[in-house]
Amino acid sequence: MAPETYPRNTLDILEAEAVYVIREVAAQFERPVMLFSGGKDSILMSYLAKKAFWPGKIPFPLMHIDTGHNFDETLEYRDWWMKEIGAQLIVRYVEDSIRQGRVAEEEGPNPSRNAQQTVTLLDALTEFKFDCAMGGARRDEEKARAKERFFSFRNRFGHWDPKNQRPELWNLYNGMKRPGEHFRAFPISNWTELDVWQYMLREQVPLPSLYYTHEREIVRRDGVILALGPYNRLVDGEEAETAWVRFRTIGDMTCTGATESRAHTLEDIVNEIAATRVTERGGRADDRRSEAAMEDRKKQGYF
Amino acid sequence: MDHKTLVKERDLLRFTTAGSVDDGKSTLIGRMLFDTKQIFQDQMDQLEVSSRLRGEENVNLALLTDGLRAEREQGITIDVAYRYFSTAHRKFIIADTPGHEQYTRNMVTGASTADLAIVLIDARNGVLTQSKRHGIIASLLGIPHVVVCVNKMDLVDYSRERFDEIVADYREFAQKLSVHDIEFIPVSALKGDNVVNRSENMPWFEGAPLLQFLENVTIAADRNLVDFRFPVQHVVRPHQDFRGFAGQIVSGTIKIGEEVVALPSMQRSRIKNINFYKAELEEAAEGQSVILTLEDEIDISRGDMIVRRHNIPEVEHEFEATLCWMDERRELKTDTNYILQQTTNRSHALVDEVLYQLDVNTLHRRTEAETLRLNEIGRVKVTTAKPVFFDPYERNRNTGGFILIDPDDFRTVGAGMIRYSSRSTIEELKREERAKRLQTPKSTDLTWDPGLVGPQDRIRRQGHAPLCVWLTGLSGAGKSTIAKEVEKRLFDEGYQITRLDGDNVRHGLNADLGFNREDRRENIRRVGHIARLFHDFGAIVLCTFISPYREERAYVRALFPAPPAAAGAPGPATPATPAGTRTPAFLEVYTKASLAEAERRDPKGLYKRARAGEIHGFTGIDDPYEEPEAPEIILDTDRLSVDEAVEQLAEAIRRASAL
Repeated sequence: MAPETYPRNTLDILEAEAVYVIREVAAQFERPVMLFSGGKDSILMSYLAKKAFWPGKIPFPLMHIDTGHNFDETLEYRDWWMKEIGAQLIVRYVEDSIRQGRVAEEEGPNPSRNAQQTVTLLDALTEFKFDCAMGGARRDEEKARAKERFFSFRNRFGHWDPKNQRPELWNLYNGMKRPGEHFRAFPISNWTELDVWQYMLREQVPLPSLYYTHEREIVRRDGVILALGPYNRLVDGEEAETAWVRFRTIGDMTCTGATESRAHTLEDIVNEIAATRVTERGGRADDRRSEAAMEDRKKQGYF
Repeated sequence: MDHKTLVKERDLLRFTTAGSVDDGKSTLIGRMLFDTKQIFQDQMDQLEVSSRLRGEENVNLALLTDGLRAEREQGITIDVAYRYFSTAHRKFIIADTPGHEQYTRNMVTGASTADLAIVLIDARNGVLTQSKRHGIIASLLGIPHVVVCVNKMDLVDYSRERFDEIVADYREFAQKLSVHDIEFIPVSALKGDNVVNRSENMPWFEGAPLLQFLENVTIAADRNLVDFRFPVQHVVRPHQDFRGFAGQIVSGTIKIGEEVVALPSMQRSRIKNINFYKAELEEAAEGQSVILTLEDEIDISRGDMIVRRHNIPEVEHEFEATLCWMDERRELKTDTNYILQQTTNRSHALVDEVLYQLDVNTLHRRTEAETLRLNEIGRVKVTTAKPVFFDPYERNRNTGGFILIDPDDFRTVGAGMIRYSSRSTIEELKREERAKRLQTPKSTDLTWDPGLVGPQDRIRRQGHAPLCVWLTGLSGAGKSTIAKEVEKRLFDEGYQITRLDGDNVRHGLNADLGFNREDRRENIRRVGHIARLFHDFGAIVLCTFISPYREERAYVRALFPAPPAAAGAPGPATPATPAGTRTPAFLEVYTKASLAEAERRDPKGLYKRARAGEIHGFTGIDDPYEEPEAPEIILDTDRLSVDEAVEQLAEAIRRASAL
């Protein structure tokens, strides 16, 4: 039969590949976990996990590292979504790590807990003896991620060494390890932001309201639009304004920038992303700190 | 981009780029991203800052792809980096790899998943060792398409002569490779010539600019849709009544009800259901991740493979492979018990012997080598503790590729491509040899002797021009029925006409050939040349062959003089076009019938036998038929009566052979 009889389009290929990787993790590791941040990428990844094992249940728990600086919508959605996909959820709090003195709060008026969550994450991996943590990182997000593997090896300190990664050939992923070593796995490595949204549109995946346009109190700080709230207050000389915005990524409130947008539907979002001239990380304050910011954080064990 | 373009389904092309910084590889990729507007404003801002810090005047496009700090400091790329961009037609994934010999392992890694390789040549330097090495690696890793970009054309005054010279040099070298499709494009990545936009500086170049070529190269035909292979990843068992086998179909297609066996147990069953999430599929194909359930309760676990009963891969403990060594700490040891991972299967394995080491710059074989070190490639013999289910890598990259894992620290130390089981060595060599004969042009030291009787003499005697009429189509489409009638009718009218029939030639000339892909190729190759001899004799020759693959039909077409309109583009092995011939010499006739109709007719009872699994590799059932893209004539036998079809074809022949 002619190849045209079996057409393959990008979304089908990416979906099949992600499902394959998720199944490989489930099969190769004893205690895998899937990280869930409430952002679109982890929603996508958990949705693919549900598809991968249907009619069986997702054979690993999901874990949320809660910075305590979440949007209310994120937590509400998180609890609803876990029921929807029938997953078991574990939550660990950066607040607890700070209280236990494992890590110190950042100084300044609007402290970010982005760096702190790495400690909470590594502690949680040890606590549950997880040997592989799946994350929703994509290679197109940032330069340092362009070289990331599907199966990313971490030494006993949880560190990523860019020079000590295993080559990945064909679709053969080597997850063998010695005691104490573990892996991060990135099933949606090959997806771009536009792929994610087109897939969400195709599959009609329900998403948190933050991704759609809404009216909100914001402040413009260093060219980034930040939502005002309990963890993000005005500093001297700044003025609050009200604007129609939506979020392209969702993370810690202190550093997730919004974009001005009138996108009400998934179709609107796909169109907006296709036309945009700024990367999604362009709106993240944490990536702006230094040119090699991501590379530095990754080496410390950040996702 | 409007909404329609967004939801339009795009396919995916994975390609690899190899070349050093000096060749302008990063600049080329940067140029592609830049000219297709894939670079965002904030990336551009960052780029400007970085370029300025380095004291460069213009924005350095290469910085876009040089990711890690260590690399930027050293000014080289030391790992495989993946880049993404898309156009309205396709999404592209670039595996960007460094080109220096010491990074052979990275090139091999990037090449393992690529559909296409871009090899860069600096127009000033011509074909250097490095460009050859990239071609050799592309060939070893089975990349079907290679595009050679002759870069920095701006520095050689966009000289056509220089380009032609490089093309000729590389072509000569590439004859030694098993890459079937090589394209050459003169570019200047720095200035943007022929990367995304057609160059105004090289009006003499008639081919497509690089991006246009990448958008249009056909990759669908590279897929193996014949050999159904399903390595089991994971067993899904939510309750007593459901036992599903999760995995990705790495090649072939499968339907509900088909008879399968599980390896290594060899237990048989039939496909009960094909599921993916809530979808229940009738059929699934290469690339799809699905869950299969079987009619019978048989014992299957991760690492087993489900295949069709009549199409089983090799199941062996011993085989030969091409191995690339990837570990910088230790060299290959013949007494180490490695772990071999292939599909979802792992086994202990010993590398018994290094047969030779391959010089990746020259293809020279060093038989005195006893081990392989980092970045070295060689031919080895491997023995595994458990049987491995594989196909030769040339036939199936997913079942023919494996990695070796160090038993102490579990690092991936080697990547291998199984060439054949030790048992079937001779058979495979024969096939390789035949396949090569079809691919390679005639030896250059032979000359064509035109003799004393010319084509015009024959035409004058026959009263008509010679012609090859090639009827292709499914078994049962009506090729032979129509051809026999046409032969009779035109013979009665005084034409010098004969017929070559698929079954008939297999009685004698091609009695040694079977129906696998290589044998089919050889069958068509021989028939094509016979048809050409009849043509030269001045006859009209009707050829009735299923000839399912475009590649083979194109091969035959190229044996004949091109029709006047396309004159000047003769095929590879064609002797000169007979002077004065003004008529087309080749008519491709697509005898078109739907599979359902052909199967209903089933004149030889073959479909029934194929469906029953008694014959395998049957066109339309478990082997593809590639429809002609531009046949001269289409006879739709679902609609036409035999008589109508015969008259249509006879008339076309009368016209084409008229003087």
